[in-house]
Parts: sequence; structure tokens; C-alpha cells
Amino acid sequence: MTQNNKEYMLEMLHISKSFPGVKALDDVTLRVRPGTVHALMGENGAGKSTLMKCLFGLYTPDTGEIYLNGQAIQFDNPRQALDAGISMIHQELHPIPHRNVMENMWLGRYPQRKFGPISLVDHAKMFADTKKLMDDLQMEINPKTRVGELSVSHIQSMEIAKAVSYNSKIIIMDEPTSSLTETEVAHLFRIINGLRAKGVSIIYISHKMEEILQISDDVTIMRDGKHVGTWLAKELTIDLIINRMVGRDLTHRFPPKNNVPAQTLMKVDKLTSTFPKSFKNVSFELRRGEVLGIGGLVGAQRTELVEAIFGLRSVASGTITINDQPVTIHSPVDAKRHKIALLTEERRVSGIIPTMSVHDNTIIANLKKYSNRFGFINYALCRKDVDENIARLRVKTPTVKTLIANLSGGNQQKVLLARWLLTEPDVLILDEPTRGIDVGAKFEIYSLIFELANMGKAVIVISSEMPELLGVSDRILVMSMGQAAGILNRQDADQEKIMRLATQFV
Amino acid sequence: MQNTQATPTQPPFSVTARKWMAENAIYVVLVFLIIGIAAQDINFLSPNNFRNILINISTRVIIALGAGAILITGGVDLSAGRIVGLAAVLSASMLQTPEYSRRFFPDLPQLPLIIPILIPLIISLILGIVNGGIIARLNVPPFITTLGMTVIVYGMNSIYFDLPPNSSQPIGGLRPDFTNIGTGFIGPNGPFSLPYIVIIAVIVSVITWVLFNQTTFGKNMYAIGGNREAAKVSGINVGLNLIGIYAFAGALYGLAGVLEAARTGGATNNYGNSYELDAIAACVVGGVSTSGGIGTVPGILAGVVIFGVINYGLTFIGVNPYWQQIIKGVIIVGAVAFDIAKYHRKK
Repeated sequence: MTQNNKEYMLEMLHISKSFPGVKALDDVTLRVRPGTVHALMGENGAGKSTLMKCLFGLYTPDTGEIYLNGQAIQFDNPRQALDAGISMIHQELHPIPHRNVMENMWLGRYPQRKFGPISLVDHAKMFADTKKLMDDLQMEINPKTRVGELSVSHIQSMEIAKAVSYNSKIIIMDEPTSSLTETEVAHLFRIINGLRAKGVSIIYISHKMEEILQISDDVTIMRDGKHVGTWLAKELTIDLIINRMVGRDLTHRFPPKNNVPAQTLMKVDKLTSTFPKSFKNVSFELRRGEVLGIGGLVGAQRTELVEAIFGLRSVASGTITINDQPVTIHSPVDAKRHKIALLTEERRVSGIIPTMSVHDNTIIANLKKYSNRFGFINYALCRKDVDENIARLRVKTPTVKTLIANLSGGNQQKVLLARWLLTEPDVLILDEPTRGIDVGAKFEIYSLIFELANMGKAVIVISSEMPELLGVSDRILVMSMGQAAGILNRQDADQEKIMRLATQFV
Repeated sequence: MQNTQATPTQPPFSVTARKWMAENAIYVVLVFLIIGIAAQDINFLSPNNFRNILINISTRVIIALGAGAILITGGVDLSAGRIVGLAAVLSASMLQTPEYSRRFFPDLPQLPLIIPILIPLIISLILGIVNGGIIARLNVPPFITTLGMTVIVYGMNSIYFDLPPNSSQPIGGLRPDFTNIGTGFIGPNGPFSLPYIVIIAVIVSVITWVLFNQTTFGKNMYAIGGNREAAKVSGINVGLNLIGIYAFAGALYGLAGVLEAARTGGATNNYGNSYELDAIAACVVGGVSTSGGIGTVPGILAGVVIFGVINYGLTFIGVNPYWQQIIKGVIIVGAVAFDIAKYHRKK
């Protein structure tokens, strides 16, 4: 069976895969040319990850064939895929933080030295090999640094180097830029271009249209487990991609915005962290009915700032006033009392409670409202509110008793939003609310943000996506190295101005 | 917006049956165990045997509910057994009949029954608060905290037990109004009478079920075990709740200790030794996850009953006690392996 065209490095033909009750992949075909970046796009649940897991030996397809360089292949586990030259860089990176870079890179295949009958790990060779690899890829990472000390961007670079060290012909990157800043993205793209020039093919999974159009050669779009089509990237526009991904006209990425900021609700004055390297002297005002964006590079201490406002981090000096009343917030309990809500950046780490149902995850921050003074819960009342909010936010879940862990990322995020809406906050802080969720769900979250602003609530949105920041905010606070570099009004702001402020103190 | 969700088809019977099996495996195991023992000796099925098993496991149920609550928070409590022992000695020392020759407190007047019961309960509750406080406020891991508590409590109990004139003699001669709690029953004498101690275990189980399922305290407990960080961000006072849960567990151990003294009519400082391991084993066999967030009262009860049936039933049909140990070990590991396979099969 080697009749296949050598024009393609990888061919996945007519792949189908079913899980009990759901057809995840239905006759999907993916053809990747050598030395190209092939973007794989689709809403969450479209089947991208399932397809890649079939390729990587994590799943076995029910039907279909896979050819690598014209050879029929079928992997039973990732190890075989790695040995055949296919690597995958996962969205969530899981290095071993207490070990150094080189030990993480060569994990499971340490170079050995023989001393008679005994073989020991050859640290010198491991160091030299790692150093050479890093130099070849123009990465400035010391092989002996503990991985726990590296930034997300550097860990990702390390993972790419690891993929290259397997002599991979195909590297799958799942949402590689989701936690990177713009400069780090530029660096990643330089690395990708270098790999492409060496003939490596990259399968690039991302939701970010601008990046896809910038970096990729070919684009395959999937929808509901089916193959919609494959196009040259230069033939596509953002609107065309969105249209084909969602299978409907979505002429605007943002819903109409007509909220009107009113009187000042919250004032933050010279807020300074107890940690010298964190935020210092940050001041801003927040008005009712306003969406305040917070922009900045990764490391600008935006998350640290809002977590301090919410009582999760300690503050050395500075004041917060709400309705002209000074408030002290030492814990989320205090923050909730002052009607502040925070949707945290890390959904899995500090958002969902995976062992609990959608229902329980929705009510967990608001149990006081649903219980009498002896702590007995009124389930009928809970159920009514949960049902209402699940419907309002269009959460797709079989029942409210389903474990939240079984929902897609976008739907989990909506449940977390419902959790906080039930607390009836005046100030709603959303930290990267659309990270890793699909276009349709993003649009719904934007609509909700505007709806809340229209209701007179004050919303703070932290985002690393410039178009999103510009699309949702009335004003944008730009932070740089822990300081407020400036506040831009919506009509004056553009990407260039934001970037200039974000790099002001770097 | 269009609905893009794939509609699940009706699963075939075999899938439904397998799912039911996975969810209810523990009860199936229990039934097979009873059938297996009865097949060896049909007399096992006499009502009197079941009554004996229930009496034997009553205090174990109370301890396991406390230990289970702590496992659900993602912690572990090794101090359960020694707190049981302390409570047993404390209550027994204050409840000897005036005529008894070797009294712990020779001149102690006859106290109202409630006082010598409440004192050990309150002390156990305080020890639970100390456990919880160290874990919540000083962030010492539960394993270490309760290991230390285990050793300390045994030391304290032994010092008390060694006080003259008792000087480490087993405490006996307990008042009949007290031992009646452990051995008395409602109804006509016979296999169908209801022992007080079983009634107490049932009441404690019901209260615990309500606490776990119908109150904010229970919801917070499951949330803390499921994702402590998310619970904190949701505005749950994690520290206070943890202290409350350890205090609740401590009080249950105290109650179990008092009941052990009443049931056996005496106490020594070695009462309760290694009961915590039996309790943890019963919990995990009953589906409580040692990584937290998962566990139910019926599951814990089923776990305790399984061990009760094994202990009593295997002895009844004359299985060598050393073999019983091996069978118990296999069941503990097997149950957890099965449980883990259940979650991993979903891939």
C-alpha cells in the first residue's frame, strides 16, 4: 500500500472514531506537505484533538488509514509515534519542575556510559547535546536551570527542542501561543520558520486567526467531527475562516457594544504589593457600566494585581474604595462581601471543582443565599437559579448533574461565570476569560460582558489578545513590569499604542 | 446560535449493565460474600449472626464516618484509633461501681451518666480542633500532623492510665447503667431485638448523611477536597471548614471510644489501636477517594459492613485467621484498583 503521493509527508485518510453515544470523527482527511505549517482549526469539540490523538497513538481510529512518507502506519502508543518522528507539544505543559532542563529533555532516554557491567547516566554528553540543540535553535536556555524557574515561554521552547531532539519530521503544536506574549510569539514564529526551512512539517492547532494567517501555509477546517475543507492560507480571511468554522455568517467577532459608563464605583489608589518584584503604585478608577481592559505583557503583574484586589495576595500599601467607602480585603470572603467577583485565569487550577456536578459548581460560591441559619441547603431554590443561568448562558451539558470535568472548556467557563453571576457582584473581574475556548463561545462571553455593563455593573477584563482588548474595553489600563504605564480611551487606543506602553518599563 | 452538540444514542443493554456494575460493585461484592459464606455453612444466615455483626461494627461505623469525612477533604487521620483509646479510658475511669475494689478514683462519688460521657467527647473534639488547626493554619501535611497526634495521644493516655493507684491495670467494674448502653437493647430478648449501640450508629449515620448532603458544611467539604484552590477562590473559608471537619471527626472518635468501653465493660490504654487503618480501609473499599472530593455515607457503611461480614463470617466457617488477613488485604487493593480502572476506562 505505498501507492500514495510523495507530495505529502503525512496523509490521514477517511478517519472515523466513535465513542459511546458520540461520533467524534466522521470521515476526516488531513494531508500535510513537507516543510509546511498546516493549521488545524475548528470550534472546541470539532474533533481536532481527537484526530491528533489518533495520529499520536493515544487513540485507535475505527476506520481510515494513516501514511507517513507513503508508508502505512498505526501506532499503539506515543512512544512508537515519537520513534517514527512525530512529536506533540501539548497545550498544557507538564514538565518535572524540580529537575533541570536537560534531564527533562532526555527523560526516559538518558545517554548512558558503560563502566564494565554497569551503565550510568552520562551527564557530560547530555549537557553537550542539549547545549548544541539550544544553540542550533537559537534558544537561550541553560541546560542546567531548574525547569520550575523557567517562564511558560521558555518551557515551551524546551518542549520544542525536545521534539527536535527526536528528529521529528512532524511536530504537532496544540494552542502553542495561548500563554505567550506578543514578543514571545514572535520568537516562537522564528523557531517555527527555522524548522520549516529544515523540512519539518508543523501541525498547528490554534483559535487565533491573525496568527494562523501569518504563520501557516495550509489551513484545514473541521466542524462537528467532519472535514470542512483545506485551503491555502493566502486564500483565506478571518471572516472566511470563522464562517467555515461555525458554518454560519458571523460577520462580526464582537457583538454590538452600547454600554454607557456612569459614576465611579471603585477607586484603587497606589496599590503596592508586599513583593518588590510585583505590582507597585497602581491607581485606577472603575465606573458603573464600564468595561475596563487591562493589557500588558506576560509578567506585567496583571493577574497579581486583580488577585490582590480580590484578597488572594497580600498588599503592602495603597487603598481601595468602593462607593467612596474605604474597604479592606484580606480574603475572597471579604471580597465577596464587598460584591467583587473574580474569574481566575487558570480554569483547571483555581476554577472548576472536577469532582462536583455542574449544579454544585454553580452554587458553590453562593451557599449562604441558599441555606438557612443552620446551614441547611434549599435545593429547590438552587435548582431554579442553576437552571435559569445554565439556559441564559447557553451551557451545553446533558444534565445539571453531569460532572463539570466532562464539559468542554468553553462550557466550563460559562458555568464558572454563572457561579459568579449568582453572587450578584457589582465588580466582576475576568482574567483571560476566553483563553482556549472557541469562537462561538467567545462571542457569547463578549455578549454577556456587555449585558452586565448595561446592567450597571463594572467589569474588568484582563486579556493578552489585543483585538479582544480593543473590542471589549471602554478604557484600557496598560501595565508594564508591575506599574500602570497608562490608561487609554477606546477611541484613542490601537495595538501600537498599547504595545508602546506595555514595553515602557521593560 | 445553532446547537452543535452531537446527540447521544441510547446505549445498548450491555453498556448500561456494565455501568450499573461499576457503580454498584461494592454491594454486589457484599452479596456474593454472604452467598459464598452461606454456601459453606447455611447456618450463617441466622438472624442472630447478623445481629452480632451489627453490634460488632457499630463503633467501627462511627469511626469510619469521621475518617471518611477527612479523606473527602483530601486529608488522612491516623490519630483516630488512639483518640478512641483515650476516650475509652477516660470514660471508664469515671464510671466504676462504688463497690469495685480497685477503683481509678477511689473517692469519686457517683456522677450523673452524662458527665463521664461528655468529658471524653469534648476532649476528643478539642484534639480534632488541634489537628485541624495545625493542618489549616500551619500547613503541616495531614499525614504528619495526625501521625504526631497519634503518638502524643497514646503517650498522654498511658500517663493517665499509669496514675496511682491504677498503675496501668485494666479498668473494670463499670457501672451497669453505663454498660447497658453498649449491651442493652429494645424489645424482647432474642435475635430480633434492637441493640442500643446499633441504634446509636444508625442515628450517627443519618446525621452524617444530612451533614454531608444537605448543609453548606458538607458542600464545602466536598469542594475543598475536589479543588482546594477553587474552593478558596469561591470565598469558602477553607481553614475554618477544615478545623470544623477535623473537630467533627474527633467527636465521632470520642463517641466510639465511650461506646467501646460500654460494650466491653472495661478499657486499657491499648483500646482502639490501629482502628484508624481499618476505618481507612473500609472507606476506600466503600469508594472514598484518597485524593479527595469523592465519597458517600452509604459507601462508607457498605465498606464497614463488608469487613464486618469478613471478620465474623470467615471465623464462623472456620477460616484460618491468617488467611483472613490475606483476604482482607486483597480486597483493599482490589477495590481501589477497580475504582481507578472505572475512571480510566472513560478514555
